[in-house]
Amino acid sequence: MDWVQLWEITTLPDNVPIVLLILVIPFYTWYGLRQAFANDRLIDRLEADPEMAKTHHRKTQPWKPGWAREVQVWPYLLRMEFLVAIIVTFILMVWSITLDAPLEEPANPSLTMNPAKAPWYFLGLQEMLVYFDPWMAGVVLPTLILVGLMVIPYMDTNPLGNGYYTYKQRKFAIWAFFFGFIVLWLSMVVIGTFIRGPGWIWFWPGQTWDHNKLIFEANRDLPDMFGITSMLGKSLFGAAVVGLFALVTALGVHKLFTWNAFNRKIYNRMSLIQYVLLQFFLVTMMLLPAKMVARLLFRIKYVWVTPWFNI
Amino acid sequence: MADDLKEQKPAGKATALIGGVLKEVKGLKDKALDDVQSLKKPQKTQLYKSIFRVTHDEKPRNRALGILSNVFLHLHPAKINRDAVAYNYTWGMGGITFYLFIVLTFTGVLLMFYYHPTKVQAFRDILYLEHDVPFGKLLRNMHRWAAHLMIITVWLHMFRVFLTGSYKKPREFNWMVGVILMLLTMLLSFTGYLLPDDQLGFWAVTVGTNMARATPLLGHEGPLGPEFGMTAFNDVRFALLGGSIVDSNALLRAYIWHCIAIPLIAGIFMAVHFWRVRKDGGISGPAPVMLESEIKEPRRF
Repeated sequence: MDWVQLWEITTLPDNVPIVLLILVIPFYTWYGLRQAFANDRLIDRLEADPEMAKTHHRKTQPWKPGWAREVQVWPYLLRMEFLVAIIVTFILMVWSITLDAPLEEPANPSLTMNPAKAPWYFLGLQEMLVYFDPWMAGVVLPTLILVGLMVIPYMDTNPLGNGYYTYKQRKFAIWAFFFGFIVLWLSMVVIGTFIRGPGWIWFWPGQTWDHNKLIFEANRDLPDMFGITSMLGKSLFGAAVVGLFALVTALGVHKLFTWNAFNRKIYNRMSLIQYVLLQFFLVTMMLLPAKMVARLLFRIKYVWVTPWFNI
Repeated sequence: MADDLKEQKPAGKATALIGGVLKEVKGLKDKALDDVQSLKKPQKTQLYKSIFRVTHDEKPRNRALGILSNVFLHLHPAKINRDAVAYNYTWGMGGITFYLFIVLTFTGVLLMFYYHPTKVQAFRDILYLEHDVPFGKLLRNMHRWAAHLMIITVWLHMFRVFLTGSYKKPREFNWMVGVILMLLTMLLSFTGYLLPDDQLGFWAVTVGTNMARATPLLGHEGPLGPEFGMTAFNDVRFALLGGSIVDSNALLRAYIWHCIAIPLIAGIFMAVHFWRVRKDGGISGPAPVMLESEIKEPRRF
């Protein structure tokens, strides 16, 4: 184990924010879910006792009759904001005094950095370049991520869980978001930062970054493995495989989406357009893990080869 | 006039004059005392009243007016749900993000005083900032780390809004505005990366903009790009860099996007975002929990 190597990556000034992120995301996941489970217990009690549901204030926060529902913004909110501003300024000051922003040598087009890495928040996209061609990883998928995020409110027909933490009432939505945000996006950022070394080669944490390492990866295309040689055959075969993948994934998504009676009730509220959109974005999202497995475990470069594009 | 004065007795003239002056002086003294008295109560002065329209007494009405009549605070409502004030619901991430934007604007403007977006000067300006400008290093460090922190807080803000279902009706549109603001935040950070003109920024932006070559239809290496008439000298990457390589034009473009264009666009979207937070009914919760049995049937067309 090369601990020095790991320490050097971790303490690289530009990587400190991602270390912070790795600490902060689990904390806030726990912090949010803790409130969600507390609300879920309250929901269980209210559902078991309809009389209580009529009179209860329906929050986990303390409440006594006679308490005002609202408080004045000055001082109760503004003092919080002021305090937070002071704390953030203090943290920034300490951070800026103790850690210097990186500055490398002057830009030199004839001296390539290896590895040449994007800022950490874009390393998810750079890591996607391993699994997809640049037009897909750099343009189409980022666009779909943004559009997919934007249409979330219009696809989610579940009226429950509006304005309070809950897990029980929004299981599918929460799992889907956790999968996309934490399992895919954040883990790709972490892989891009800690795992990828010179030549964008996979180095396990603690493995020395060997700048002379060469890997003769015998990457192959899926049609070649089946002995298909003609371009027409490859195109049709790839289309069939991708189509089959989409179908199987869509069926899996449907199965999960209509898992129990409540989920089916939400499903019945959806319009056809909403459901098709949901399936499209989730199936597209699942392309990434599928391609990761194909590439990392089976060394498959392309599944679908055509004269115009390869996937 | 002169003849009249001559006819009066000199002594009587003098006493009248002195008496008049003394009277004037006493009047001035009273005025001066009044002014001194008013200094003891500055809140009663015209100057003070013209600036602050309401007295800051600890009365509910005045507390509310203090918010409503202040341009910087009027984005707040006068009153807010008592549970929403606690940190645990919102995590304060939206507010922290906005505060970091202000910090970045402030430090960024100061940095602009020392920076030339040219290939000759840019890197030297950073060295100058780090070694000669008083607190220059601290300034640059603060700008850098505030930018990174802002990305984290934007993501956490989105995470919280998702977990609380706050994007649901009636806040769907504001969620979309928020996604665009997240994109703008990341673009701001990315355009700033090139400005020191060092190896780190140069290669990061080279890698980043190389992806633009592959844009379908609009990039010269993208699917259907060549068929669409794209070359290295007219495609979308050329537009981003102002050339076919990352050079002085790219530096200038990154500078303009970073310091002027994106902050302006982000400012407009922020105005809409904050406005809609209020217009969509203020902060989303903590709302009373809803039960499954209370779901209403959706309206059909």
